[in-house]
Amino acid sequence: MTNAEGYAPFASPKAVLAAPLRRPTGLWRDAWRRLARNRAAVVSLVYIVVLVFVALFASAIAPYAFQAQDLEATDLGPSATHLFGTDNLGRDELSRLVYGSRISLAVALVDVLIVLAVGVPLGLAAGFFGRWVDTLVMRTVDVLLAFPSLLLVIVVITYLRAVLDQPEGPLLAVVGALDGATGGLLGVFIALGLVSWLTVARLVRGQVLSLKEKEFVEAARMVGATNRRIMTRHLLPNTLAPIIVAATFGIPGAIAAEAGLSFLGLGVRPPFPSWGILIAEGVRTMRAFPHELVFPASVLAITLICFNFLGDGLRDALDPRLKLD
Amino acid sequence: MTTYVLRRLLWVAPSLLIVFTLTFFVVHATPGSPWDESEKPLPEAVKQNLARQYHLDDPLYKQYADYLGNALRGDLGPSYRSVERSVSEIVTATLPVSVQLGLASILFALVIGIPLGALAAVKHNTWIDYVASLVTVIGIATPPFVRVSLLIVVLSLALGWLPTGGWEGIFDARAIIPTLAIGLGPAAIFARYTRSSLLEVHGQDFIRTARAKGLSELAIVVAHAMKNALIPVVTVAGVTLANVITGAFFVERIYGVPGIARQFVDSVSGRDYPLLLGIVLVFALLIMVVNLLVDLSYGFLDPRIRYR
Repeated sequence: MTNAEGYAPFASPKAVLAAPLRRPTGLWRDAWRRLARNRAAVVSLVYIVVLVFVALFASAIAPYAFQAQDLEATDLGPSATHLFGTDNLGRDELSRLVYGSRISLAVALVDVLIVLAVGVPLGLAAGFFGRWVDTLVMRTVDVLLAFPSLLLVIVVITYLRAVLDQPEGPLLAVVGALDGATGGLLGVFIALGLVSWLTVARLVRGQVLSLKEKEFVEAARMVGATNRRIMTRHLLPNTLAPIIVAATFGIPGAIAAEAGLSFLGLGVRPPFPSWGILIAEGVRTMRAFPHELVFPASVLAITLICFNFLGDGLRDALDPRLKLD
Repeated sequence: MTTYVLRRLLWVAPSLLIVFTLTFFVVHATPGSPWDESEKPLPEAVKQNLARQYHLDDPLYKQYADYLGNALRGDLGPSYRSVERSVSEIVTATLPVSVQLGLASILFALVIGIPLGALAAVKHNTWIDYVASLVTVIGIATPPFVRVSLLIVVLSLALGWLPTGGWEGIFDARAIIPTLAIGLGPAAIFARYTRSSLLEVHGQDFIRTARAKGLSELAIVVAHAMKNALIPVVTVAGVTLANVITGAFFVERIYGVPGIARQFVDSVSGRDYPLLLGIVLVFALLIMVVNLLVDLSYGFLDPRIRYR
């Protein structure tokens, strides 16, 4: 098969000899097999799937409502009735963590959507059309990437917060109302959206630059394929693997950024239980009740680590050129 | 070489101007001032006086030009919040603290990260490699506010070895937790890059030659492989700086370090827009200078690189 250079090295010579008539397998099946062999990635994937279920069925799983206070049971340690204890208003920590997973996963989802809806098309266009399109997109990317993304996000969200608090005009009023209804999540999405597409746009452009000189694109052009068709049917599928890897690596960054903004009081507003808010409250009480910090901080850390392991696993499975082992 | 440096230096000014212009207009488009949220609303006349004092009633282009002219002379204007100190004074008072903390963190990251990555590469696919990879992923994945708060819980509260906060200079025990919390991020980045670039040079001819000469494995790694493997590590200096600045936002605030990153966060929550603008400019200048130094350092590390 033509893909021998890229995808064969995992098979030992013995395995190749033992199965000389094996049906040729596609990229995705091969990738899945390689991923399934990576223990860290599989464990992480299981954790993430469980987390998604927890977020979807939060109301059934959480033993209490996230905002339910019990002023006679404040700052309790872990026990049978409150597995992770309670906070200083007697709210169940576990329930707040369970509901908080919805916020983190919503951020992950929106981050991926922005990457697909903005980063991929812009990178594709910049690489394919070149010239001023390329200059415009890539200079923007360069300028925005030159700064720590959180610095930009904080400046933008400061502006958004101030504008949306006293919205002028019907459009801003709608956005402001949505932002208020989501506890400030919409503002977080907008601010993160500004920076989350950058690396993928650069990556896709780089891929397209080399792909568009290949024979199969020339062949497609010769049989009369339009630019649009070449981009969507020929170039895009060939950049899909690195896009998936980059999007996976982008998710923990976005989740951490939301938690960080909420931690600073710029993201999601209380009483919505963003993990960042739980950690901020935990920091406030850590001297007396360290468990209120340790549980949310650990859950956030484990979640981010799992997305990173999954990203590592996907990269090794999908992108043989980046593989070193 | 000289023309390259000159051209790069000439680029710093317009880049800074773009950053400044964008930030200036975003900040000025931001409605509200610190006086809005005072519990007793200020009389309209007082607000107008305050606006006049801070030149907020000038046309925007004049404010822009005045600010730019003053900034070039090192005057970043008055702070909204702090009565007795101007923005420039706040910057000069707090920047050295953050620079010390940042340099200590990077030093820690180099001392821990590069040997860790080298060890993982030499012991490739053994349990040492796996443990090193786990440490690396933890360092890359965990955000700084998680790291610093867990470090406080473990080192200060549970073990009682270190103070729970404060700042008494970089050589005080209080500097240890912030340095660790910020430095673990860059350390993980260094470890990851050192490992992969060492693995990459591993099979090259000059390594085989060194081995054929009968050099010890240690000498090969330290004297021959590392020299080449470290070039890609330098390329992540920009990422490292971003990592350190972002880390400092949280660490300085949580641990009570009086640095510029904490001022930045406080200026946001206190709506002290002149301070916010001034600090963004300082960060932009810092980042550009570091990026320039990094690009220039390639020439010393790798003589094959020519500047044009």
